[in-house]
Amino acid sequence: MELVTPGFGLVVWTIITFLFLLFILRKFAWKPILGAVEEREDGIKSALASAESARKEMQNLKADNERILNEARAEREAMLKDARDIKAKMIADAKDEAQSQANKMIEQAQTAIESEKKAAMAELRNQVASLSIDIAEKVVRQELSNKDKQLQLVESMLSDAKLN
Amino acid sequence: MTITGIAAIGAGLAAIGAGVGIGRIGGSAMEAMARQPEMHGKIQTSALILAAFVEAVALFGVVVAFLQG
Amino acid sequence: MTLNTFRNVLFSALFMVISTMGFANEDTENPENEKFDAKEMILHHVKDAHEFHIMDINDKPVSIPLPIILYTDNGLVTFMSSEFHHDDSGQHIVEKNGMKFVKLHEKIYQLDGDAEAVAFDEEHHPTNASKPYDLSITRNVFMMWVSVFVLLLIFVTAARSYRKSEDNMPKGVAGFIEPLVVFVRDEIAKPMIGEHRYKKYMPYLLTIFFFIWINNIFGLIPIFNGANVSGNIAFTFTLALFTFIITTLVGNKNYWKHIFWMPGVPVPMKIFLMPIEIIGMFVKPISLMIRLFANITAGHVIILALMSLIFVFKSVAIAPVSIAFSLFITVIEIIVTAIQAYIFTILSALYFGMATEEEHH
Repeated sequence: MELVTPGFGLVVWTIITFLFLLFILRKFAWKPILGAVEEREDGIKSALASAESARKEMQNLKADNERILNEARAEREAMLKDARDIKAKMIADAKDEAQSQANKMIEQAQTAIESEKKAAMAELRNQVASLSIDIAEKVVRQELSNKDKQLQLVESMLSDAKLN
Repeated sequence: MTITGIAAIGAGLAAIGAGVGIGRIGGSAMEAMARQPEMHGKIQTSALILAAFVEAVALFGVVVAFLQG
Repeated sequence: MTLNTFRNVLFSALFMVISTMGFANEDTENPENEKFDAKEMILHHVKDAHEFHIMDINDKPVSIPLPIILYTDNGLVTFMSSEFHHDDSGQHIVEKNGMKFVKLHEKIYQLDGDAEAVAFDEEHHPTNASKPYDLSITRNVFMMWVSVFVLLLIFVTAARSYRKSEDNMPKGVAGFIEPLVVFVRDEIAKPMIGEHRYKKYMPYLLTIFFFIWINNIFGLIPIFNGANVSGNIAFTFTLALFTFIITTLVGNKNYWKHIFWMPGVPVPMKIFLMPIEIIGMFVKPISLMIRLFANITAGHVIILALMSLIFVFKSVAIAPVSIAFSLFITVIEIIVTAIQAYIFTILSALYFGMATEEEHH
């Protein structure tokens, strides 16, 4: 029975001793030890984090480079394509222009020829008419005496003229 | 039989009970650790705590024996 | 030299037993004048004492006297325990400030009035004496202070070594201490209390862990005469009381709700559970107290009982067996010192964790 009855004196001394130990150790041991451990752990953690962030940054940089390179490549490609297009367009335009110019010239030439032809025809007709009148005059002058001859002449001449 | 003798028998019975209990905890913990070695630490902690709880019951028996002794 | 001498030397220094084995042979010549009482011897070693008894030489006890402090009706009385002249049967009377004191079974009694000697009833209880409040520096208090001194020496030195080193690296004793401190933090406090709330309890948990552990270890060192500090119920009672007080003080609404009005069960069950939970509130620290006390005391009793076998059988032949067994138990006890400190700490942490747990949704 005595063994399981807490003794008054020992309880009092244990309370005093324990509280003393708790306060002293808390101030002079646990705080510095835990503080040092935590500080070191934080240091390791932050070192790891910074290494990780450096790695990420490196990766980002690499990705950036890649991206810029790709962009440049794409731009060059686009520029080349543009140039090619422009060239083709220019050629096509020139061709069209030339074609239309040529067509226009041909048309002009045709209209000129036509009008020339018309003028020539008119001239010819005029000439034929004046020639006919001249001939008619000469015939008239020559053959005024002979009425039959006159008529005959006119008739033959007219039929000749018809042939033209 | 004296009261002290009866108390001793009681303490012995408590020890048997606790022995069975702790044996079962230990066996199951071993089995669990063999199945999942990666959970080793957690299983060990829980097994120790449970063993302490079971043991406490046996120790109550011991204390009763002390009370008589 | 008598068997008595040998006995006390042996129990004072279990590991020095081999060197003293020669004495036992001599005693076959002397007739045994008293029967060896293993139970009494063991209880004497397990219990507290007012003097630091080291050994007997030629039946004369060699011991360190310790101060006796008594709080009587007439104020404090102090004197050294040597004034009792090793008397423990209430025969030797010490007079101080007009009051008469006797020591009986390691308890100090104050004689009533003008009584000249202690009178006993049939059950050997004194009838004419009262017990004053005994605040003596007993063997356990003394050993507790020695352990406190050692703890302070170790940990303050360790803490100082951090301040000295520039990169916060543990040096010297700190290198040994730090894994233990980190163990208490990472294996006990964090999982049991929780990542966010554990910091507040760290000083308490670390202190009880190392305080219990070092007292357990000191109890195993034979030269300290098996000072059974952590196997004394007053000591475990006090530590369990601290855990109980802290648990009760930090307990949040959720904790009290679980005790008085268990959520999530029907009303009759709530009423049924309430007394169980209230009893459980007290059983937790009581089991803490009993567990440590009984474990350590049982360890001491077993080791002493195995050693007693030599004297019970009065034969040196049994000594090798006895020593082998007690050595074996001592090795187990060394493990138990750490396990019990760990269990006490982890259960305290568990109770704090339960008391501060937030409500689950």
